[in-house]
Amino acid sequence: MRVSKRASAVAAIAAVALVAAGCGGGDDSEENSGNADKTANGAITIDGTQPANPLLPSNTSETGGGDVLDWLWTGLINYPPGGGDPVNAVAESIDSTDAQTYTIKIKKGIKFHDGTEVQAKNFVDAWNFTANSANGQQQASFFSDIEGYADVHAEDPDGEEGPQKAPAPKAQTMSGLAVVDPYTFTVKLAAANSIFPVKLGYSAYYPMPDSFFAASNKDEWGKKPIGNGAVKFVSWTDNVEIKLTRFDDYTLDDKVKIKDVTVKLYQEDTAAYADLLANNLDFQQQVPSSSLAGEKWKADLGNRAMTVDIPVQQLIAFPIYDKRYQNKDLRRAVSLAINREEIASKIFFNTRKPSTSWAAPGTPGATGFDCTTCKYDPEGAKAALQAAGGFQGEMVLYYNADASHKDWMEAAAASIASTLGIQVRAEGMPTFAVFRQNIDGQKMTGPYRAGWQADYPNGENWLGPLYVTGGGSNDGKYSNPQVDALYQEGSRLADEKAAEAKFAEAIKIVDAEVPSIPVVSVTQQSGVSNRVTGVKTNWVGSIDLSTVELV
Amino acid sequence: MGRYVLRRLLQLIPVFFGTTLLIYALVWAVPGDPFAGKCGERACPPDYIQFMTEKYHLDDPWPLQYLYYMGHLLTGDFGQTFGGRDIGEIIAQAYPNTLKLALVGLAIEAVIGLTAGILTGLRRNGFLDNLVLVSTLFLLAIPTFVSGFLLQFILGTQFKIINPTVSSEVPFHELIVPGFVLASISMAYVARLTRTSIAENSRSDYVRTAVAKGLPQRRVVGVHLFRNSLIPVLTFLGTDLGSLMGGAIITEGIFNINGIGREAYRAITTKESATVVGIVVVLVLVYLLMNLLVDLLYAALDPRIRYE
Amino acid sequence: MSDPTSGSLVTTPPPEQPGVVGDTAPVGAGLPETKRDQPRGLLGDAWYDLRRKPLFWISAGLIALFVVMAAFPFFFTSGSPNDPVGTGLSRSLEGPSGDAWFGTDILGRDIFARTIYGARASIIVAVAATLGTVLLGASVGVLAGFRGGWVDALLSRIADVFFGIPFVLGAIVILFTFNPEGAGSNEWKIMGLVILALCLLSWPVAMRIMRSSILAAKNADYVVAARALGASNSRIIFKHLIPNCLAPVLVYATILIGAYIGAEATLSFLGVGLQSPVVSWGVMISDSQQYIRVAPYWLLFPSAFLVTAVLSFVMLGEAVREALDPKLR
Repeated sequence: MRVSKRASAVAAIAAVALVAAGCGGGDDSEENSGNADKTANGAITIDGTQPANPLLPSNTSETGGGDVLDWLWTGLINYPPGGGDPVNAVAESIDSTDAQTYTIKIKKGIKFHDGTEVQAKNFVDAWNFTANSANGQQQASFFSDIEGYADVHAEDPDGEEGPQKAPAPKAQTMSGLAVVDPYTFTVKLAAANSIFPVKLGYSAYYPMPDSFFAASNKDEWGKKPIGNGAVKFVSWTDNVEIKLTRFDDYTLDDKVKIKDVTVKLYQEDTAAYADLLANNLDFQQQVPSSSLAGEKWKADLGNRAMTVDIPVQQLIAFPIYDKRYQNKDLRRAVSLAINREEIASKIFFNTRKPSTSWAAPGTPGATGFDCTTCKYDPEGAKAALQAAGGFQGEMVLYYNADASHKDWMEAAAASIASTLGIQVRAEGMPTFAVFRQNIDGQKMTGPYRAGWQADYPNGENWLGPLYVTGGGSNDGKYSNPQVDALYQEGSRLADEKAAEAKFAEAIKIVDAEVPSIPVVSVTQQSGVSNRVTGVKTNWVGSIDLSTVELV
Repeated sequence: MGRYVLRRLLQLIPVFFGTTLLIYALVWAVPGDPFAGKCGERACPPDYIQFMTEKYHLDDPWPLQYLYYMGHLLTGDFGQTFGGRDIGEIIAQAYPNTLKLALVGLAIEAVIGLTAGILTGLRRNGFLDNLVLVSTLFLLAIPTFVSGFLLQFILGTQFKIINPTVSSEVPFHELIVPGFVLASISMAYVARLTRTSIAENSRSDYVRTAVAKGLPQRRVVGVHLFRNSLIPVLTFLGTDLGSLMGGAIITEGIFNINGIGREAYRAITTKESATVVGIVVVLVLVYLLMNLLVDLLYAALDPRIRYE
Repeated sequence: MSDPTSGSLVTTPPPEQPGVVGDTAPVGAGLPETKRDQPRGLLGDAWYDLRRKPLFWISAGLIALFVVMAAFPFFFTSGSPNDPVGTGLSRSLEGPSGDAWFGTDILGRDIFARTIYGARASIIVAVAATLGTVLLGASVGVLAGFRGGWVDALLSRIADVFFGIPFVLGAIVILFTFNPEGAGSNEWKIMGLVILALCLLSWPVAMRIMRSSILAAKNADYVVAARALGASNSRIIFKHLIPNCLAPVLVYATILIGAYIGAEATLSFLGVGLQSPVVSWGVMISDSQQYIRVAPYWLLFPSAFLVTAVLSFVMLGEAVREALDPKLR
C-alpha cells in the first residue's frame, strides 16, 4: 500500500506543478470563453501517432505525419470544418477562364518559419520536386493532371519486378508550371479540369522553403521541418512527442492563441484515453472503441465529449476482376442484404450512421449522390439473387485484422448469409500491408473492407478515384465507359453546377451497378480536458489549433 | 575461472550468428510487400517502390543482404529504418526503457514468487498453498492485454491511485503496475518452482542434520534450506529477464512506454529486417550474458560447483 | 558437477541421494496388495499411489469432462457457436438469461455455447503444444546430457539460438511467414501452425531442465550400479534416468499448459493466432477485450473455464509427479 500512496502523491504534485506553470494571470475565469492571459502563455498536449516518415509533405500519406504537417503548413486554400466550399488562405486568387490554365496569385508577406517569404517559386519548385520520379516521392501522382507530368515521371519499362531500372526522366520540370512574378504563377493542365483548384489545400501542394531545396539530405531536413503555418516546429523525440510552438510572425487569420503544443505519440488509443480521463491530455481525436461500447465515453467525459462529422465512409468493395462478382444483380443482392441500421446501432452504438449516399454526408457537390441500394430490403435482395442465378460456393469477406473491423464485417457477413441463404463468412488478414498487397496485386477472392476519407471536399473525390477506369483507388477495377465519359465531360466543364450534374449522372449508373457497397458513414468521437475551451476540429476531424483557449 | 569465462564468451559467437541469421531469414520470408501498406487506401506509385527497393538493396538475394547487414553491424552501424531513422538511435532510446520495465517485472516476480513459494513449500496442501496455486494460475492464464487493461482502468482511471500511462522519463515508481502485469505470466512458475525445490530439500540430509543439531527453525530455513533451494529459481529468473524484455510488446502498448516492442512489431509487419535483427541482437546478448552470470553465481551459492 | 552449464532450471537431486533412490524398481515391500511373484514396476507403483489420492480423481474427472466437451460439444448445449441466438443482432450484448446462460456477445451469439465449443481448439492447442514441447525438449535434453562432449555443446548452442528469440516476436514472425493468407479457411492448418510456433520457441527450456537433471543423475549410484550390471544405454536411459528425471519437466509441463492457453489468446489478440470461425477460449477472451466494461460476463465465463482447465492439469501433474518420484515415497 505504501507503493500506491507514493504514486498518488507524485501524481498530485505533478498536477499542482502543471497548474502553476500554466498560471500566468488570475484564476477568476468562470465564463465559457478562455482566459486570454493564460492562453497566450499556455501549453496544451494533444494525442498523435509516430509519423512513419520524416515530415515531408511530398512523402507523407498517413495521418500520424499528415496531421503534424497540416499544423506546420498553410496551403493555398483552407477547407472549412463540416464540409462546405474551400476558402483562400495563402492564395490571393485562383482564376481560370477555361478550367485548363489557372493563374494563382499569392498573398504578399507570408513567411516561412525561417523568416524567408513564401513566393511563387516555392510552390512551383516543390511541385516539380514531388512529381519527379527520380525523387521517388509517395505523393507524386497528385500532379498527374499537370501538363508535362509524363516528362518528369519515367515509368519502369518492365514493371517494378523487372531487372531493368527506370530510366531517368526526360525533364526536370513540368512544362505546365510557370512563375510569372514573385507572387504569381500559372498552372496549365493536360486537359481541362474544373475540380483542380479544390484539391490545392491538400498537403501534397504545400510550398517548400529554399532551405529544403538546398538540403542535400531531404530526410534529415524532414526531421526539423520548416513550414509556413501558424505553429512552428520545435523538436521531435521518436515515439515520445513532437513539440510545436506559436509562430508569432504568422499573418493569416487562423492564428493560434496558445503558446506551446505538445503532440504526445501513443501506440494505443486506450492509453491516450486513460490520459484524457486523467486530464493529462487536452485533446484526443478519436476515443477508443472500448469506450464507445455502451456509450461509456459519454458517461466518462460528460460535457468534455465531442461528436464531429468527418468525410469518411466504410465500404465493402467487390473485386470485379473475379468472375463470380461480375454480375451486377449479385452485387445488388449483397448490398440490399446488409442491415445497416442494425450494424450502426448494435455494433457501432450509433457512433456511425447507415450510409444513404455514395459520398459522405455534407460533401459539397454531392447532392445527387443518393445510394438507392443502401437500404435493407430482404425481399429485393432475394429477388436480385434469383435474377443473378444464385451464388455458388462460399462468399468470404476480407478485412485487415490489425484494426477493429472484425465485428462489423462479421455482422455484415451474418446479415448477408441469413438474408440470402448462402454461405458467407468474414476473414481477417493479419496486417494492413498484407491486405493492401492482395488488393494491389488483384488477388482478392471476395468482397473486402474499404474505407475512404475524402482528400478534398468535393463530390468528384467520391467518384473519380473510386469508380472511373484507372482511378487511383479503383482497386476493384470497375470499368464502365458511360461512367468514364460522363466523368470526363463533367471535369472539363468550367461551370461547377454543370459539372456536378454530370457527376451525379455518372453516380446513377454506379448506383445501378454497385461496384462497392457503402455501409456506414463515420462520425468522430473526440474528447477534451477540463483545462481547455472552445476546441473545434478541422474538416477531417483533427484539432483546429486556432480555436483552443485555456480556462 | 578466467579461462572458463573466456570459453563461454567465445561460445557466444556462433550463437550470435545463428540467431541473427535465423531471424533475418524469417523476417525476409514474412509475406507482404514492405511498401504496400504505406500509402493508405491506394496503391503506392511504382517509382516510389522502385526508389525504396534500390535504396535498401531489397533486390539482392537475402544471404547477400544478410552479409551486407552484418558487415555494417560489426562496424557499429545498425542501419536505417524505411522511414529514414537511425536504428542504432532507436535502440539506444528504447532499450533502457524496456530494460527498466523488465527489471521491475523481474523484481516483482522474484519477491512475490519466492515469498509464495517458500510459504507454500513449508506448509504444503494447506489453505494458503491452494490459494496461492489458484491465484498465480489465474494470473498465468489471463492474457496480459486483459490484466493490463483492467489494472490501468481500475487503478488509474477509477481510483486514480496511479498515473494511467508512464511518462516519457520512465521513472521506476511508475513502472510498478506495468511490471506486475508483465511479470504475472512468470509468477506462477517461480512460485511453483520454489515450492517444489523447498519441499524436496526440506527432506534432505543436511536439513535433517541441521534440525537434529538443534538449530532454530529460522536459521534452518533461512540459511540451509533457502540458499540451496535458490539455485534453480535463480536460473529461471536469470533467463527470464530476456523473455520479459522480448515479451513486453503488449504491456508497453497499454501503458505507452517507449520501448523496443513497438518498433519490433512495426518492423516485423513491414519486413524491416535490419530493425528486427538489430533489436533481437541486443536481446540475445542480454540473454546470453545473463546465462553466464547465473552460471557464475552458482559457484557462489553452491560450494559443490567449481569451474576450472 | 564440473560442467558449469549443468546448473539449470529445476532442482537437481543432490548427489547424496537418500538411500531409497538406489532401489531402481522399488518392490514396495510390506504393501498388502503386492503380488510377491511379480514385482510392480515404477509405473505400477505410481498407479497404486495415485488411486488413493482424491486430488487425482477430482482433476482427472475434470479433465475427462473437458475432453468429452471437446469431442462432443453438442452433448452439453443445443446452441450453435457461430449463429446468433435471436434474429440478426437483436440479442447483441445481453446479460446472462434463461436461454443464454452466460449471456450473448456483440454479434448476439450464445456465450455458453461458444465456451463449450471453444474447449476443443483450446485444449487441442494447449495439450498438443505442451506434448510437443516436452517431447522435443526432453529428448534433445536426454541426448545432450547423456552423450555430453561435442553433441552436448552443439545441441546446447542450437537451443540457445532458439531460446534467444523472444517468444512474442518469434511467434509473430513464424505465423506471419507460414500463414500469409491470415485466418484462412483451414482451421487445422492454423492450429497446427500455432502449435508449431509454441513448440519451436519453448523447447529449449524443457531441454535445459532435462539436460541438467540427466547430468546430475547420470553419475548417481543407481546408474553406476546398472551400468556395472551390464545394462545397455537404452535401458539405462529409459528404465533409470528418465523416470528419475521426469519430475522437474512435469512441473514445467503442467504450468506450460496454462501458459499456452493464455499465449494462444495473446496471438489471437495480435491478429496472428486462431481466428473466427474457429472458436477457442483465447479467441473469446481476445474478442471480449473491447467490451470488458459493458459485458464483463463475456470475459468472465471463458476465463473461468480456462482457469479450471489449467488448474485440473496442474493438479493432475502434481499428483502424477508425486506418485512417480521415488524420493517422495
